[in-house]
Amino acid sequence: MRYLPLTAEDRRAMLAKIGAADVDALFRDVPKAALTSLSTFDLPDTQGELEVERALSKLAAKNVAAGAAPFFCGAGAYKHHVPSAVDHLIQRSEFLTSYTPYQPEIAQGTLQYLFEFQTQVALLTGMEVANASLYDGSTATAEAVLMAQRITKRGKAILSGGLHPHYAETVETVAGLAGVVSRSPVTPGSAEDIVSLIDEETACVVVQSPDVFGLIRNLRPIADAAHAKGALLIAVVTEVVSLGLLEPPGAQGADIVAAEGQSIGNGLNFGGPYVGLFATREKFLRQMPGRLCGETVDAEGRRGYVLTLSTREQHIRREKATSNICTNSGLCCLAFTIHMSLLGEEGLTRLARINHAKASALADKLAALPGVELVTSTFFNEFTIKLLKPAAPVAEALAAEGVIAGVPVSRLLPKDKSVENLLILAATETNSDDDFQALANALKEVL
Amino acid sequence: MSMNNQGRPTGTGEAFPASIATISGDRGLDHEEPLIFELGHGAIGVDLADVKVSEARLGGMRRKGAIGLPGLSEPEVIRHFVRLSRMNYAIDAGLYPLGSCTMKHNPRLNEKIARLPGFGDLHPLAPQSTTQGALELISQLMTWLTRLTGMPAVAMSPKAGAHGELCGLLAIRAAIAARGETRKRILVPESAHGTNPATAAFAGFTVDEVPAKPNGHVDAEALKAKLGPDVAAIMLTNPNTCGLFEGEIIEIAKAVHDAGAYFYCDGANFNAIAGKVRPGDLGVDAMHINLHKTFSTPHGGGGPGAGPVVLSDRLAAYAPIPLLVASGAGLRLIEDMNAVPDGAKPFGRMCAFHGQMGMFVRALTYMLSHGRDGVRQASEDAVLSANYILASLKDVMSAPFGDGPCMHEALFDDSFLDGTGVTTLDFAKAMIDEGYHPMTMYFPLVVHGAMLIEPTESESKASLDQFIRVLHTLATEARAKKTERFAGAPHLAPRRRLDETAAARKPVLRWKPEPVKAAAE
Repeated sequence: MRYLPLTAEDRRAMLAKIGAADVDALFRDVPKAALTSLSTFDLPDTQGELEVERALSKLAAKNVAAGAAPFFCGAGAYKHHVPSAVDHLIQRSEFLTSYTPYQPEIAQGTLQYLFEFQTQVALLTGMEVANASLYDGSTATAEAVLMAQRITKRGKAILSGGLHPHYAETVETVAGLAGVVSRSPVTPGSAEDIVSLIDEETACVVVQSPDVFGLIRNLRPIADAAHAKGALLIAVVTEVVSLGLLEPPGAQGADIVAAEGQSIGNGLNFGGPYVGLFATREKFLRQMPGRLCGETVDAEGRRGYVLTLSTREQHIRREKATSNICTNSGLCCLAFTIHMSLLGEEGLTRLARINHAKASALADKLAALPGVELVTSTFFNEFTIKLLKPAAPVAEALAAEGVIAGVPVSRLLPKDKSVENLLILAATETNSDDDFQALANALKEVL
Repeated sequence: MSMNNQGRPTGTGEAFPASIATISGDRGLDHEEPLIFELGHGAIGVDLADVKVSEARLGGMRRKGAIGLPGLSEPEVIRHFVRLSRMNYAIDAGLYPLGSCTMKHNPRLNEKIARLPGFGDLHPLAPQSTTQGALELISQLMTWLTRLTGMPAVAMSPKAGAHGELCGLLAIRAAIAARGETRKRILVPESAHGTNPATAAFAGFTVDEVPAKPNGHVDAEALKAKLGPDVAAIMLTNPNTCGLFEGEIIEIAKAVHDAGAYFYCDGANFNAIAGKVRPGDLGVDAMHINLHKTFSTPHGGGGPGAGPVVLSDRLAAYAPIPLLVASGAGLRLIEDMNAVPDGAKPFGRMCAFHGQMGMFVRALTYMLSHGRDGVRQASEDAVLSANYILASLKDVMSAPFGDGPCMHEALFDDSFLDGTGVTTLDFAKAMIDEGYHPMTMYFPLVVHGAMLIEPTESESKASLDQFIRVLHTLATEARAKKTERFAGAPHLAPRRRLDETAAARKPVLRWKPEPVKAAAE
């Protein structure tokens, strides 16, 4: 086996040193009945690199990659161009094959990029501090709700109807254990009246902007109403590129920001791994979940970085920790940090403007088709249209025509008949005018 | 000094004193590197058009202020991150004996396959007719995981080991609720990973610690004595965190089941027994599998991980959505709590979408490469290598449970350092100067000054022998009170010991532009 360096000769010599007759002697604590033979496992035997690559390439070829068709899916995961330098750098052995930086003297590379990542996230979201990432946007949102419950010592969380339904389900699963999670009504294309739901028992209000339908929300009035009742505003962002063009949540009074960072540096990967961004105000720092990297000095007074405030974390606090989270999303953070460094201020704001311009052009083109109505009057790079018939079969029919048209809302809200004609489409810098024309032509045919 | 015929010196030159300060502050291949924010100068690392946009569809929410990001060109960005990378230790560069963390070889084929556009560039909500190959891959991985563990079902969506623990406990909670019972207590051995009690508390249970016996095994009698009608589950790591197989496990599982409770196994150490022992045969009800440990998806400086959870018949019905089912038209994801097949009662959803697909691809590539025989051999080699280290060092270091064989990791305590003034921390930091990453220190908590060494199956005998020689010499010198290597180590790393107390006392968690920083101080 090409990955195993020990030879039969080595194994014999090592067993002799140990004084064991054979390797099974080392498994002597295992109950006899539980020690199996190889034939117990109905699985294939070892294969060479060529054979494995052939078999798995065949599976990959059965899928339609986003880059292989006119493609318009968003709803929490976005197709963007990732510069070649990003993937080259994250595959360097020193980044790819290192562990959590628990030995800071020989992990300054990881620690410094985490410090840079935290700074980038704080700047983008307009918040004071950010952690070194959580698993993804949905789990970051759930952690934000738990954090708000800890800070306010209240149990009730109110979720906007415009919050991505997968995020809402994730929050309900985790935060519903100790508190009450309620969802406000789904109102595609308009902002619901969430303010009237906030009361003295409310720990937090969770609002996504742009929301799952693409609509841009004004968070300031919600923040003010929440604060007036002693509750917190959690702002959710699933398309982080939008922060290059839109007012950041921190400038609108958000107390915690939970965001999905996949759009910067990370591929679609069929849903994961992604990178959860998590930022808050300095006064809530000690209630924050996840790893934090901080600046310090070494024995010779040189600047360096360490993981810090770990008294919040499970390996120190055990059952009293702020979260059970152990890992972060290290390599995905690195990809984010590199891509963001390449973009810089000018690059990110240009990218955001291109995305909005593309989506606007597509929305105009589609809204001009008979039987298509634009539902979202404001949006960043993603909007919702209403068709005259259910959107799911339309999307399947378009897929058969070679166009991946978007995400039918019924995929996210299968019980709600009122949304079954709605289709969410995203347009990014990767889409061309030819893509738009192909979609318009195919849609005309199918409708 | 000799010269060649153009007068160019060809000798090795005079020795350069190590203490001399360089003009640049850099030293040969070791460069100091500022923060990216200190390097920005208004350049740009991408070529994107400068388009204008109308305000019409922004709802008055256009950004008013600048973000504050630095601007650099591509070569500058590449140099920055390459220089950072060179300050890191990595398994590709040397033995990485972190006990419990399993730093084994990360095959590059796995990276290549994960980047095939059909996997890496696939949207999670694309029409399912266009993602059948991805669903087939997940299905194949599920088959491997269930057959290797002897368990009937597996929940794929948890994103890391701790997330898998939460998934398992939520399934247990749902199963107990379905029986119309409330059980609030979870038994956790004191040697457990910190995530176990943290997860139990996170899932709304109270934690009751079970002591360890002097031989490093869980005290089965104490555990049984704690069982009762309010106990929901035990969380046991097997092989345990002392690197020992819990021999009484079948008996413990039976007692747990007789008491109406469930057996959660922390699968962090499955890499010692994969292909040899099936947790299902031991009476396990739920176990997460760290794909980044046992199946070698890269640790990436601390993630991303993946933590699928195998489930027994008693818990399978409660697996979270999404569920993967075979239908006439191929494979299908069930993403709706109310549209699940008969008998399924999912407790909820762990995250958006379907789990860590990028890690699934790498893990299946690893499994197909090894095959069942290679997986078994890898476990045997990992156990053999750990025992070889234990046998080679137990005379000079102190093995608290010395005589018996260990599993995939060798545990030492600090009693061999008694009276030397050298601590476990000093010993570990001295290893850095010798070119090694330290072992896991001060864990498990049941052993004083613990040093937990996990060599994995990826080291050659020559590599193990060199490592043993270094540790043997360090231990011998420490015992002889020759302590100069230990005092203030490391001396040869990019940084000396860092002041963690100062970092925590006055946290600086981000860069700030100078004027702001001055105002804050």
